[in-house]
Amino acid sequence: MVGAACALYAARAGLDVIVVDRGPVAGGTTGAGEGNLLVSDKEPGPELDLALLSVRLWTELAQEHGESIEYEAKGGVVVATSPGSLTALERLAAEQRAAGVTAVPVAGDALYGLEPHLAPGLPGGVHYPQDSQVMPALAAARLLRASGARLFTGRTVTDVLRTPEGTVLGVRTDRGDIHAPALVNAAGTWGGDLAALAGTTLPVLPRRGYVLVTEPLPRMVRHKVYAADYVADVASDSAALQTSPVVEGTAAGPVLIGASRERVGFDRTFSLPALRALAAGATRLFPFLADVHAIRSYVGFRPYLPDHLPAIGPDPRVPGLFHACGHEGAGIGLSTGTGHLIAQVLTAKTPDLDLTPFSPDRFAEETA
Amino acid sequence: MTSPLDLADAHPGPAFTVTLDGRRIEALPGQTVAAALWTAGVASWRSTRGEGRPRGIFCGIGVCFDCLVTVNGRPNQRACLVPVAPDDVIRTQEGTGHDD
Repeated sequence: MVGAACALYAARAGLDVIVVDRGPVAGGTTGAGEGNLLVSDKEPGPELDLALLSVRLWTELAQEHGESIEYEAKGGVVVATSPGSLTALERLAAEQRAAGVTAVPVAGDALYGLEPHLAPGLPGGVHYPQDSQVMPALAAARLLRASGARLFTGRTVTDVLRTPEGTVLGVRTDRGDIHAPALVNAAGTWGGDLAALAGTTLPVLPRRGYVLVTEPLPRMVRHKVYAADYVADVASDSAALQTSPVVEGTAAGPVLIGASRERVGFDRTFSLPALRALAAGATRLFPFLADVHAIRSYVGFRPYLPDHLPAIGPDPRVPGLFHACGHEGAGIGLSTGTGHLIAQVLTAKTPDLDLTPFSPDRFAEETA
Repeated sequence: MTSPLDLADAHPGPAFTVTLDGRRIEALPGQTVAAALWTAGVASWRSTRGEGRPRGIFCGIGVCFDCLVTVNGRPNQRACLVPVAPDDVIRTQEGTGHDD
């Protein structure tokens, strides 16, 4: 998705774009996500600024492509499960408001006006109208087509061509060389491998997540609904299995249930403990789910960088190399802002956001 | 004409009855719901969510979820997998099967 957005904004900026993907469109992490465009789960800081920019750009794209990418400005509802978590959630919401987020506290009763099928007795929550959703595989495909970029799928980059001084000249692939003065690394969870081909480092690691899919239902869950513990899990550095319930309906009918996080490498094995924990958590939030069939699950690998921020911008160690990866579980949402900023730096414009926090060489000392 | 029972040299136990939308249908022990419906000459028992098109068996092995049917009040059962049992109440299914 990030690559598709980079292609779109770079092409709009007048550049000639070629997209190379070793798999099909949305064959990696993009196809394994829920398509969340979220501001609610981000603490104030550079990632939230990027999310606000991205959500605004998604709104623009939705005017043209909304229906074909199943864009839904459904809003998010974060639910506190205890009085203590409500206090912490409201404090976070106040900080987010100061940073430009619309975050509306919702007292107990009003919560059931927003989500009638929530478990009874919840103390309250916060409503985030800016949270929205797309169907990520459709979004990647549509934006790629809209970009007009030349698309080479099923083609693997095997080397990065550079001058003796190290400047990027293009890529070598298993089906020939492609010459280009600028190379954008949007390889997601595999971005570290591409960086290595270019003779540099980027410590992207996989963080596994499962999504459980129910049978199609009439609209029972109206917003993206999740428990307040989710924000803490997203920011955690633990390698062990963590789950916090994230529940949402889709335009097609199935309810998607997340979210699990584990650092277990690229292991695609089905994990019954993880999926059981997801089902149990979702049923605690929405008791009606106990009588609904889960018909399948899918698994993916979030591209994770040690400080949970993506790498966006030029790599000062390799002239001509730009990075746009490491967005962890927020890559669909943050793709538009990332593509916009990449297009700005590719065309030597001043980017709308300060890219220092996203600098690709900020880990250089750790990995040296 | 040779029947499937003859071909398989099958000797199932005595037939029993189930209902499809209130109509009595004869079924054999060991049949799936889908097999019983086919035997009764019914090839479609669900209409799709979007355009209300007729659906019945497609893959027949539990993968495609096309043959969904409501059995004993429980919607979205795969007719090709669920064994039919005496007095089952089978209902054709519209939409998601959840009263939408």
